Amino acid sequence: MSTFVFIDHIDGAITKTAGELLTIARRAGEVTAVLVGTPGDGTKAAAAINSFGANKIIAIEDSAINDHPSALVAQGLADLLLEKGATTLLIPSTARGKEIAARVAVRTNSGIITDAVDVTADSIATQSIFGGSAVVHSKVSKGIAIITVRPNSVEPESKPSTCDVEVVSPKLTPTKVLISNREPAKRGGRPELTEASIVVSGGRGTNGDFAPVEALADLLGAAVGASRAATDAGWYPHSHQVGQTGKTVSPSLYIACGISGAIQHRAGMQTSKVIVAINKDPEAPIFEVTDFGVVGDLFAVLPQATSAIAARKG
Amino acid sequence: MKIAVCVKQVPDSWAEKKLNASTKLIDRESVDAVLNDLDEYAVESALQIVEANGGAEAGHTVTLISMGPERATEALRKGLSMGADDAVLVSDVALAGSDALATSLILAKVIQRINPDLILCGTESTDARMSVIPSMLSERLELPQLSFAGEVNVSADQVSIKRVTDEGVDSMNSPMPVIVSVIEKINEPRYPSFKGIMAAKKKKIEVLSLVDLGVSAAEVGGAGAWSLVNDFNEQAARSAGVKVTDEGAGGTALSEFLAEKRLA
Ligand SMILES: Cc1cc2nc3c(=O)[nH]c(=O)nc-3n(C[C@H](O)[C@H](O)[C@H](O)COP(=O)(O)OP(=O)(O)OC[C@H]3O[C@@H](n4cnc5c(N)ncnc54)[C@H](O)[C@@H]3O)c2cc1C
Ligand SMILES: Cc1cc2nc3c(=O)[nH]c(=O)nc-3n(C[C@H](O)[C@H](O)[C@H](O)COP(=O)(O)OP(=O)(O)OC[C@H]3O[C@@H](n4cnc5c(N)ncnc54)[C@H](O)[C@@H]3O)c2cc1C
Repeated sequence: MSTFVFIDHIDGAITKTAGELLTIARRAGEVTAVLVGTPGDGTKAAAAINSFGANKIIAIEDSAINDHPSALVAQGLADLLLEKGATTLLIPSTARGKEIAARVAVRTNSGIITDAVDVTADSIATQSIFGGSAVVHSKVSKGIAIITVRPNSVEPESKPSTCDVEVVSPKLTPTKVLISNREPAKRGGRPELTEASIVVSGGRGTNGDFAPVEALADLLGAAVGASRAATDAGWYPHSHQVGQTGKTVSPSLYIACGISGAIQHRAGMQTSKVIVAINKDPEAPIFEVTDFGVVGDLFAVLPQATSAIAARKG
Repeated sequence: MKIAVCVKQVPDSWAEKKLNASTKLIDRESVDAVLNDLDEYAVESALQIVEANGGAEAGHTVTLISMGPERATEALRKGLSMGADDAVLVSDVALAGSDALATSLILAKVIQRINPDLILCGTESTDARMSVIPSMLSERLELPQLSFAGEVNVSADQVSIKRVTDEGVDSMNSPMPVIVSVIEKINEPRYPSFKGIMAAKKKKIEVLSLVDLGVSAAEVGGAGAWSLVNDFNEQAARSAGVKVTDEGAGGTALSEFLAEKRLA
């Protein structure tokens, strides 16, 4: 077994998924952490990676890597995996992670499993499909087991290690795609939607006023989500949509405000550990899946809950 | 300009989806099948690109490509009634149980046969939701890829998009031929008109088998699978918990529930 973990990072600062994937990968024994970035990113990330028990850290560095969304990353990664005889690759199941995984699968002629919520020591992946209504165990039968793992699937467990970073700078062939302009999203200090341990979402019932949703989210350190009705109306960006054609989230706590709970919305949040809803319609289908539901006006219930929690927190 | 749009037939997203106990594959018989919602946006994009560049009179065509059971002709008719010109369906018993590697292999063969200037896809299917086929096609065909397009424009031999992701909005472009996948906010797919529906009945759907594509049955389907399902089990539905009606203290009750669960 030779398990590789693709380390997600922003300019050398690793994201939460890195610790989660290393924790899963350690079950199989030796783990190689691979990071792809611009020169210097590997050194910057080393200490953080070493807090999750890597046996080897390899940084593939190229100054043009960020000018090409995923094709170049996949090239460097695929060649390294073949050269080192990798048997398993874990990648975070994010939009970018899946693009990279798809490309690596073709380049190495390997099978791929996406959106795993768990992976055993012998690379059997657990997938939760159809909005959590079925659990599937699958395995890759050809090539390297390329498995994308959903953020938040395990609690990262720290384990100190002390490896140096091996930096490689292979010659990568650029694609014909040119990026002419970049408008980075305003982060606003809130956690990333799929990584957050609490998500507070608003729907059509907010009538476009997300202020009470955001106030509770900020108090709880939560991410803000939205239903398709809310993103279609332009109240919140599409990247915040939860559901069948949006993000799948699985936080410890999901709070749905003014969301009816259509099957396509539930498909993206049903595996949350605790679900709470506020809706003025007692018959709203969202109440079929809630642990705690409040039938009422979100503009009254949310501010009251927010101040009660703030008061308790002191 | 020749545009190809990859479209998948999927179970209706309003239906409860299930796996078949013996084949361990999605049960497609027991539910209504529709054109993948996100692929309607890709078809609409193709039609708008044709309209913006002089229309069918200027020699632009839109061909739909699908791999799936015979029944997938229904989904293709939907796309044809929206205004696509013709369609190719790859259907073969040996394709049952195909995984993403096999699907991308087949779609790539068809694309090579048609040789389009622009290939449009949805971002993901609503059943398997892998969101991998467009990137796989880019690798298999060695063509550039523009993904997560929230806006797409074609001029001369260049395609430019606005890529909309969590990281922000990037403007990017590529020469044709190129693979573009679109997000659902890109447009409002048209409803087929009565005239469109009638016209679609006469449009050609070419059905190809593996032999036609020169692919052996051992390479694809369950036989050639790159990944396999070991087993599966259905999860008990979530049951409804406590429900309180707000009579002035609903917010306080909610904060108490969260405190009790140690969530706030
Ligand atoms: C193929 C397909 C894919 C889809 N993908 C998604 C997806 O990814 N995500 C998604 O969310 N949807 C998706 N949908 C749409 C889905 O079917 C619903 O239309 C959508 O989820 C409805 O959003 P909503 O609950 O905000 O609005 P509504 O269904 O209109 O519900 C609004 C709710 O707010 C309540 N309300 C109103 N005012 C208040 C108030 N003051 N206080 C408290 N409650 C109030 C109402 O009682 C109502 O229950 C998809 C649909 C299709 C066909
Ligand atoms: C619940 C479930 C889980 C699965 N898990 C896996 C897995 O882990 N690994 C694996 O290899 N396979 C898996 N499969 C098989 C997978 O569904 C098929 O291989 C499928 O054709 C590709 O995946 P997708 O539908 O998710 O496509 P996506 O990559 O999500 O589709 C993106 C776009 O590609 C185009 N496209 C996709 N399929 C077709 C098609 N048949 N015809 C024309 N255009 C198409 C469409 O434009 C679509 O919008 C799974 C299937 C199911 C039902």
